[in-house]
Amino acid sequence: MAKVLVYTELNKGNVKPVTLEILGKLVGQEVEVAVIGDLGDDQVKVLGEYGAAKVHKLKGDNLDKYSPEGYSNALKAFIASGAYDYVFAGATSAGKDFIPRLAAKFEAGVASDCVNFLFEGDAFAGTRPLFAGKCLAKVELQGPKPHFVTVRPNALGMPESTTAGAGAASESEVQAGEIRAAIKEIVAAASEKVDLTEANIIVSGGRAMKNPENFKILNDLADVIGATVGASRAAVDSGYAAPDMQVGQTGKTVSPSLYIACGISGAIQHLAGMRTSKVIVAINTDPDAPIFTKADYGIVGDLYKIVPLLQEEFKKILA
Amino acid sequence: MNIFVCVKQVPDTETKIQPNGDGTFIETSSIKWIMNPYDEFAVEQALLTKAANAGSTVTVVRVGGVKDTEALRTALAMGADDAILVEAEDNLDSYSIAKALKGGIEKSANRPDLILCGKQAIDDDCLQVPQILAEMMDLPSVAVIVGFEQNGDIVTVKREVEGGALEVYEVKTPCVLATNKGINTPRYASLPGIMKAKRKPLQQLTLADVGVSADDRRVKYSNFALPPEKPAGKKFDAMDEAAAAGIVAEVVGLLRNEAKVI
Repeated sequence: MAKVLVYTELNKGNVKPVTLEILGKLVGQEVEVAVIGDLGDDQVKVLGEYGAAKVHKLKGDNLDKYSPEGYSNALKAFIASGAYDYVFAGATSAGKDFIPRLAAKFEAGVASDCVNFLFEGDAFAGTRPLFAGKCLAKVELQGPKPHFVTVRPNALGMPESTTAGAGAASESEVQAGEIRAAIKEIVAAASEKVDLTEANIIVSGGRAMKNPENFKILNDLADVIGATVGASRAAVDSGYAAPDMQVGQTGKTVSPSLYIACGISGAIQHLAGMRTSKVIVAINTDPDAPIFTKADYGIVGDLYKIVPLLQEEFKKILA
Repeated sequence: MNIFVCVKQVPDTETKIQPNGDGTFIETSSIKWIMNPYDEFAVEQALLTKAANAGSTVTVVRVGGVKDTEALRTALAMGADDAILVEAEDNLDSYSIAKALKGGIEKSANRPDLILCGKQAIDDDCLQVPQILAEMMDLPSVAVIVGFEQNGDIVTVKREVEGGALEVYEVKTPCVLATNKGINTPRYASLPGIMKAKRKPLQQLTLADVGVSADDRRVKYSNFALPPEKPAGKKFDAMDEAAAAGIVAEVVGLLRNEAKVI
């Protein structure tokens, strides 16, 4: 049995769903959870139900805001005292940022952005996409321990709760150390929507959107079905959509349950970024567009006609 | 300022990837190599910073195969002053690459004031090297930056996080910054730039020269394979406007009852 620490990030006081996804895959190992900051008893209980034997709340000065140095310093000392074989975290913005720095403090390796994993005895074996998902490979870690793993949100799927762990909470004092790169301000996003990488439904627009204003019809559809709006590289490079909306090899890699591609032809670099979506709907006037080869449901038609109709139909069934 | 830019050479985004014979990497024999797209933003930011700070130098550093040096030639043609190339296989892991970059930077006569990298390489998509390099060199780092302002030895950068929110960091140089799309618009290499690039100094080193050995590998890959193909989906012709409403209703019904995603 491997001794594993799962670092969980919080979203408005709740553990992020990717933490529970990871816990579900760690059944059978000796699992503890660490959080920086405070965690309510209800959340400690949830972690216990998904298999955490212990929940460690790490507290110290200068840890109220994220910083790569503060977070990696704080976790370094805590992890070193616990003789963990593995440290897991979600491949979130913060996880992707500070886990490599933390691992480097142990001269240890990181398997980034895994979409699946298992243990062969005590040894981790993961699967991760490379080349934006154009291929997959088995990933293993070697060298000094602990070994670090980050897991892509939405990839493992939500497990059933097990009620296996005891979930006893304890507090530890940690030191943030010197923080040379510190946040002095956070500029909130223009929209309250969940990020593309965590979205359950995505509506994306391509070159056929023709201008930024036309994205309104996608936003209207997205509002009805609770989706986040994305864009192809063609739409971003033409100035129709913001760079942070880009899905593809030079944008975000996404795997929602439903991906609706509107006026996107399906360049290889776009397909790479969204091909792991569970269900893909494509709308395009060109019946030979490559996007149709990946679509579960292809609609050959004009998006300006089809998208408003979709919005109406979804409204009917969701009413 | 002594500015260093770390670049990687990766297969062009339009490349069709094929696993190699024993599944340990991809088939690289007929690949068109380019500079990693996120590194172009780092090179551009280095050149903008050089222009704003008289007497600055821009050195590009790359770890990788030497058969094709497209990435370094592009950076030199864009305006970088000199280059350091550490010869290595193209599938080195992030830890070894970061260690080799550190060794390469330390071979230069200049002490770095600013190290710029792309936020990720689009081959292994690890997003690790800038942060590991920063830790190895005991420097602060900010990754995924979309905004950069300099005031003496203080830089203010905007880091993009989930949902498009921005964390604004203040950091003193020397530091490591990893660039994202949106920070600037990389220039194209001009013809005179391309001609000049041929005469710019390029220092070539081996992994042994920079103190990296096979023991530095932390991540081991095997079983490279193409993802499973999806079975063909259903396709509907809705070009005829009269039929469109019925087809949309049918697809929405399928999403609810067959795919069960709504």
